Amino acid sequence: MWTKLANPSFFLRWSGAAVPWLAALAAALLAVGLYMSFVLAPADYQQGETVRIMFIHVPAAWLALFLYATMSVSAIGSLVWRHPLADVSQKAAAPIGAAFTLVCLVTGALWGRPMWGTYWVWDARLTSVLVLFLMYCGVLALWRTIEEPGRAARAVSILTLVGFVNVPIVKFSVDWWNTLHQPASVLRLGGPTIHPSMLYPLLVMALAFTALAVTLHMYTMRTEIMRRRVRTLTLLEAERLDRRAAA
Amino acid sequence: MLGPHGAFIIGSYAVTVLVVGGLILAAILDQRAQRRALDELEARGVRRRSGDER
Repeated sequence: MWTKLANPSFFLRWSGAAVPWLAALAAALLAVGLYMSFVLAPADYQQGETVRIMFIHVPAAWLALFLYATMSVSAIGSLVWRHPLADVSQKAAAPIGAAFTLVCLVTGALWGRPMWGTYWVWDARLTSVLVLFLMYCGVLALWRTIEEPGRAARAVSILTLVGFVNVPIVKFSVDWWNTLHQPASVLRLGGPTIHPSMLYPLLVMALAFTALAVTLHMYTMRTEIMRRRVRTLTLLEAERLDRRAAA
Repeated sequence: MLGPHGAFIIGSYAVTVLVVGGLILAAILDQRAQRRALDELEARGVRRRSGDER
Protein backbone atom coordinates (compact mmCIF):
# COMPACT_ATOMS: atom_id res chain seq x y z
CA MET A 1 0.00 0.00 0.00
CA TRP A 2 2.79 2.47 0.98
CA THR A 3 4.68 1.68 -2.23
CA LYS A 4 1.58 2.58 -4.26
CA LEU A 5 0.91 5.76 -2.24
CA ALA A 6 4.53 6.84 -2.69
CA ASN A 7 4.49 6.39 -6.47
CA PRO A 8 4.92 9.96 -7.87
CA SER A 9 2.14 9.58 -10.50
CA PHE A 10 -0.27 8.14 -7.93
CA PHE A 11 0.76 10.87 -5.46
CA LEU A 12 -0.12 13.54 -8.05
CA ARG A 13 -3.58 12.01 -8.45
CA TRP A 14 -4.57 11.66 -4.78
CA SER A 15 -2.87 14.87 -3.60
CA GLY A 16 -4.66 16.80 -6.36
CA ALA A 17 -7.96 15.81 -4.75
CA ALA A 18 -6.72 16.34 -1.18
CA VAL A 19 -5.14 19.82 -1.50
CA PRO A 20 -8.41 21.84 -1.94
CA TRP A 21 -10.01 20.08 1.06
CA LEU A 22 -6.93 20.65 3.21
CA ALA A 23 -6.80 24.32 2.17
CA ALA A 24 -10.48 24.74 3.09
CA LEU A 25 -9.86 23.05 6.45
CA ALA A 26 -6.88 25.36 7.12
CA ALA A 27 -8.94 28.46 6.24
CA ALA A 28 -11.86 27.38 8.47
CA LEU A 29 -9.56 26.56 11.41
CA LEU A 30 -7.74 29.88 10.95
CA ALA A 31 -11.04 31.81 11.01
CA VAL A 32 -12.17 30.02 14.20
CA GLY A 33 -8.71 30.36 15.76
CA LEU A 34 -8.49 34.09 15.10
CA TYR A 35 -12.00 34.63 16.51
CA MET A 36 -11.05 32.70 19.66
CA SER A 37 -7.70 34.51 19.94
CA PHE A 38 -9.08 38.05 19.61
CA VAL A 39 -12.66 37.79 20.91
CA LEU A 40 -12.91 34.88 23.37
CA ALA A 41 -9.42 34.83 24.92
CA PRO A 42 -8.98 37.36 27.75
CA ALA A 43 -6.02 39.69 28.13
CA ASP A 44 -3.32 38.25 30.39
CA TYR A 45 -3.22 39.61 33.96
CA GLN A 46 0.50 40.45 33.58
CA GLN A 47 1.15 40.78 29.84
CA GLY A 48 -2.14 42.44 28.94
CA GLU A 49 -3.09 42.37 25.26
CA THR A 50 0.43 41.44 24.08
CA VAL A 51 -0.37 37.83 25.00
CA ARG A 52 -2.22 37.69 21.64
CA ILE A 53 1.18 37.47 19.93
CA MET A 54 1.47 34.00 21.54
CA PHE A 55 -1.29 32.66 19.25
CA ILE A 56 0.96 33.02 16.21
CA HIS A 57 4.42 32.86 17.81
CA VAL A 58 3.99 29.45 19.48
CA PRO A 59 2.39 27.61 16.49
CA ALA A 60 5.13 29.05 14.23
CA ALA A 61 7.79 27.75 16.65
CA TRP A 62 6.20 24.27 16.74
CA LEU A 63 6.04 24.16 12.93
CA ALA A 64 9.66 25.31 12.61
CA LEU A 65 10.66 22.14 14.52
CA PHE A 66 7.98 19.88 12.96
CA LEU A 67 9.06 20.78 9.41
CA TYR A 68 12.73 20.21 10.21
CA ALA A 69 11.77 16.79 11.61
CA THR A 70 9.79 16.13 8.38
CA MET A 71 12.89 17.06 6.35
CA SER A 72 15.02 14.73 8.47
CA VAL A 73 12.67 11.74 8.07
CA SER A 74 12.56 12.42 4.32
CA ALA A 75 16.37 12.68 4.29
CA ILE A 76 16.55 9.14 5.71
CA GLY A 77 14.18 8.04 2.91
CA SER A 78 16.50 9.68 0.36
CA LEU A 79 19.70 8.18 1.75
CA VAL A 80 18.45 4.68 2.62
CA TRP A 81 15.87 3.95 -0.11
CA ARG A 82 16.82 6.67 -2.62
CA HIS A 83 13.12 7.26 -3.05
CA PRO A 84 12.34 10.20 -5.40
CA LEU A 85 9.28 11.19 -3.36
CA ALA A 86 11.48 11.48 -0.23
CA ASP A 87 13.77 13.86 -2.18
CA VAL A 88 10.73 15.86 -3.26
CA SER A 89 9.33 15.93 0.29
CA GLN A 90 12.51 17.31 1.86
CA LYS A 91 12.95 19.93 -0.84
CA ALA A 92 9.32 21.07 -0.50
CA ALA A 93 9.51 21.31 3.32
CA ALA A 94 12.59 23.58 3.40
CA PRO A 95 11.10 26.95 2.33
CA ILE A 96 7.97 26.38 4.44
CA GLY A 97 10.07 25.57 7.51
CA ALA A 98 12.30 28.59 6.88
CA ALA A 99 9.24 30.86 6.60
CA PHE A 100 7.70 29.66 9.88
CA THR A 101 11.09 29.95 11.65
CA LEU A 102 11.35 33.54 10.41
CA VAL A 103 7.80 34.24 11.68
CA CYS A 104 8.78 32.72 15.04
CA LEU A 105 11.92 34.89 15.31
CA VAL A 106 10.26 38.15 14.28
CA THR A 107 7.11 37.72 16.38
CA GLY A 108 9.31 36.66 19.31
CA ALA A 109 11.34 39.86 18.97
CA LEU A 110 8.15 41.95 18.74
CA TRP A 111 6.79 40.20 21.84
CA GLY A 112 10.11 40.52 23.68
CA ARG A 113 10.46 44.31 23.31
CA PRO A 114 7.39 45.26 25.44
CA MET A 115 7.72 42.29 27.84
CA TRP A 116 11.49 41.95 28.37
CA GLY A 117 12.54 45.44 27.33
CA THR A 118 14.63 44.11 24.42
CA TYR A 119 14.10 42.67 20.96
CA TRP A 120 16.91 40.14 21.31
CA VAL A 121 19.16 38.44 23.84
CA TRP A 122 21.75 35.77 23.08
CA ASP A 123 20.12 33.20 25.36
CA ALA A 124 20.07 29.49 24.49
CA ARG A 125 16.50 29.35 23.13
CA LEU A 126 16.73 32.40 20.88
CA THR A 127 20.21 31.52 19.64
CA SER A 128 19.31 27.88 18.87
CA VAL A 129 16.22 29.02 16.90
CA LEU A 130 18.45 31.45 14.96
CA VAL A 131 20.79 28.51 14.23
CA LEU A 132 17.72 26.53 13.04
CA PHE A 133 16.86 29.37 10.64
CA LEU A 134 20.46 29.44 9.36
CA MET A 135 20.28 25.65 8.85
CA TYR A 136 17.15 26.11 6.73
CA CYS A 137 18.96 28.81 4.71
CA GLY A 138 21.95 26.47 4.22
CA VAL A 139 19.67 23.65 3.05
CA LEU A 140 17.89 25.99 0.60
CA ALA A 141 21.23 27.24 -0.74
CA LEU A 142 22.58 23.69 -1.19
CA TRP A 143 19.47 22.67 -3.16
CA ARG A 144 20.22 25.51 -5.58
CA THR A 145 23.93 24.68 -5.83
CA ILE A 146 23.71 21.14 -7.28
CA GLU A 147 21.80 20.80 -10.54
CA GLU A 148 21.20 17.03 -10.70
CA PRO A 149 18.25 16.41 -8.32
CA GLY A 150 19.40 12.98 -7.06
CA ARG A 151 22.90 14.19 -6.16
CA ALA A 152 21.49 17.34 -4.60
CA ALA A 153 19.10 15.28 -2.47
CA ARG A 154 21.90 13.09 -1.11
CA ALA A 155 24.10 16.09 -0.23
CA VAL A 156 21.19 17.94 1.38
CA SER A 157 20.17 14.81 3.32
CA ILE A 158 23.57 14.66 5.02
CA LEU A 159 23.45 18.37 5.89
CA THR A 160 19.87 18.03 7.17
CA LEU A 161 20.68 15.03 9.37
CA VAL A 162 23.76 16.73 10.82
CA GLY A 163 21.61 19.79 11.56
CA PHE A 164 18.97 17.65 13.30
CA VAL A 165 21.16 17.69 16.41
CA ASN A 166 19.91 21.27 16.92
CA VAL A 167 16.22 20.21 17.17
CA PRO A 168 16.41 18.72 20.71
CA ILE A 169 18.68 21.63 21.67
CA VAL A 170 15.93 24.09 20.67
CA LYS A 171 13.29 22.10 22.54
CA PHE A 172 15.23 21.53 25.78
CA SER A 173 17.37 24.70 25.79
CA VAL A 174 15.00 26.29 28.33
CA ASP A 175 15.53 23.34 30.69
CA TRP A 176 19.27 22.82 30.16
CA TRP A 177 20.30 26.48 30.46
CA ASN A 178 19.20 29.53 32.36
CA THR A 179 17.29 31.52 29.74
CA LEU A 180 15.31 34.74 29.59
CA HIS A 181 12.82 32.82 27.45
CA GLN A 182 10.21 31.10 29.61
CA PRO A 183 10.19 27.28 29.97
CA ALA A 184 7.67 25.07 28.11
CA SER A 185 4.09 25.70 29.22
CA VAL A 186 2.06 23.43 26.90
CA LEU A 187 4.13 20.39 25.83
CA ARG A 188 5.53 19.43 29.25
CA LEU A 189 5.39 16.58 31.72
CA GLY A 190 2.65 17.35 34.22
CA GLY A 191 0.40 18.98 31.61
CA PRO A 192 -0.07 22.55 30.36
CA THR A 193 0.24 25.48 32.77
CA ILE A 194 -1.86 27.82 30.61
CA HIS A 195 -5.47 28.55 31.57
CA PRO A 196 -7.99 26.83 29.24
CA SER A 197 -9.33 30.23 28.10
CA MET A 198 -5.96 30.79 26.38
CA LEU A 199 -4.97 27.17 25.81
CA TYR A 200 -7.91 26.30 23.52
CA PRO A 201 -7.40 29.26 21.13
CA LEU A 202 -3.70 28.38 21.05
CA LEU A 203 -4.44 24.75 20.17
CA VAL A 204 -6.91 25.75 17.43
CA MET A 205 -4.35 28.17 15.96
CA ALA A 206 -1.71 25.40 16.13
CA LEU A 207 -4.07 23.07 14.23
CA ALA A 208 -4.77 25.82 11.67
CA PHE A 209 -1.04 26.48 11.11
CA THR A 210 -0.40 22.72 10.84
CA ALA A 211 -3.20 22.27 8.27
CA LEU A 212 -1.77 25.23 6.32
CA ALA A 213 1.75 23.79 6.43
CA VAL A 214 0.58 20.32 5.33
CA THR A 215 -1.41 21.88 2.46
CA LEU A 216 1.58 23.95 1.35
CA HIS A 217 3.91 20.96 1.66
CA MET A 218 1.68 18.77 -0.50
CA TYR A 219 1.13 21.58 -3.03
CA THR A 220 4.87 22.30 -3.28
CA MET A 221 5.65 18.58 -3.61
CA ARG A 222 3.32 18.49 -6.62
CA THR A 223 5.18 21.47 -8.13
CA GLU A 224 8.52 19.76 -7.53
CA ILE A 225 7.36 16.58 -9.30
CA MET A 226 6.27 18.74 -12.26
CA ARG A 227 9.67 20.53 -12.23
CA ARG A 228 11.43 17.16 -12.44
CA ARG A 229 9.23 16.11 -15.34
CA VAL A 230 9.98 19.39 -17.12
CA ARG A 231 13.70 18.73 -16.62
CA THR A 232 13.43 15.14 -17.90
CA LEU A 233 11.42 16.18 -20.96
CA THR A 234 13.77 19.10 -21.72
CA LEU A 235 16.75 16.72 -21.62
CA LEU A 236 14.88 14.24 -23.83
CA GLU A 237 14.11 16.98 -26.34
CA ALA A 238 17.74 18.14 -26.33
CA GLU A 239 18.88 14.54 -26.92
CA ARG A 240 16.45 14.18 -29.80
CA LEU A 241 17.61 17.46 -31.36
CA ASP A 242 21.27 16.37 -30.98
CA ARG A 243 20.56 13.05 -32.73
CA ARG A 244 18.71 14.81 -35.51
CA ALA A 245 21.59 17.29 -36.00
CA ALA A 246 24.14 14.46 -36.09
CA ALA A 247 22.14 12.44 -38.68
CA MET B 1 -8.47 48.33 21.95
CA LEU B 2 -5.11 46.52 21.88
CA GLY B 3 -3.59 48.53 24.70
CA PRO B 4 -0.33 50.51 24.81
CA HIS B 5 1.57 47.81 22.89
CA GLY B 6 -0.91 47.56 20.02
CA ALA B 7 1.77 48.36 17.43
CA PHE B 8 3.75 45.25 18.47
CA ILE B 9 0.65 43.04 18.20
CA ILE B 10 -0.38 44.45 14.82
CA GLY B 11 3.24 44.27 13.63
CA SER B 12 3.44 40.58 14.59
CA TYR B 13 0.28 39.67 12.70
CA ALA B 14 1.29 41.84 9.72
CA VAL B 15 4.68 40.13 9.44
CA THR B 16 2.98 36.72 9.62
CA VAL B 17 0.51 37.65 6.87
CA LEU B 18 3.35 39.02 4.75
CA VAL B 19 5.66 35.99 5.13
CA VAL B 20 2.98 33.28 4.88
CA GLY B 21 1.12 35.19 2.13
CA GLY B 22 4.37 35.54 0.19
CA LEU B 23 5.03 31.83 0.60
CA ILE B 24 1.57 30.95 -0.72
CA LEU B 25 1.88 33.38 -3.65
CA ALA B 26 5.35 32.09 -4.58
CA ALA B 27 4.06 28.48 -4.44
CA ILE B 28 1.10 29.28 -6.74
CA LEU B 29 3.25 31.20 -9.27
CA ASP B 30 5.89 28.44 -9.29
CA GLN B 31 3.31 25.71 -9.93
CA ARG B 32 1.75 27.77 -12.76
CA ALA B 33 5.18 28.21 -14.37
CA GLN B 34 5.95 24.47 -14.18
CA ARG B 35 2.53 23.53 -15.54
CA ARG B 36 2.97 25.96 -18.44
CA ALA B 37 6.45 24.56 -19.23
CA LEU B 38 5.10 21.00 -19.11
CA ASP B 39 2.21 21.89 -21.42
CA GLU B 40 4.57 23.58 -23.90
CA LEU B 41 6.88 20.54 -24.00
CA GLU B 42 3.95 18.20 -24.52
CA ALA B 43 2.53 20.44 -27.24
CA ARG B 44 5.87 20.06 -29.05
CA GLY B 45 5.37 16.28 -28.92
CA VAL B 46 7.97 15.56 -26.21
CA ARG B 47 6.82 12.56 -24.15
CA ARG B 48 8.44 10.38 -21.52
CA ARG B 49 9.33 6.91 -22.80
CA SER B 50 7.19 5.29 -20.10
CA GLY B 51 4.21 7.51 -20.98
CA ASP B 52 3.09 10.51 -18.96
CA GLU B 53 0.47 10.67 -16.24
CA ARG B 54 -0.59 13.94 -14.63
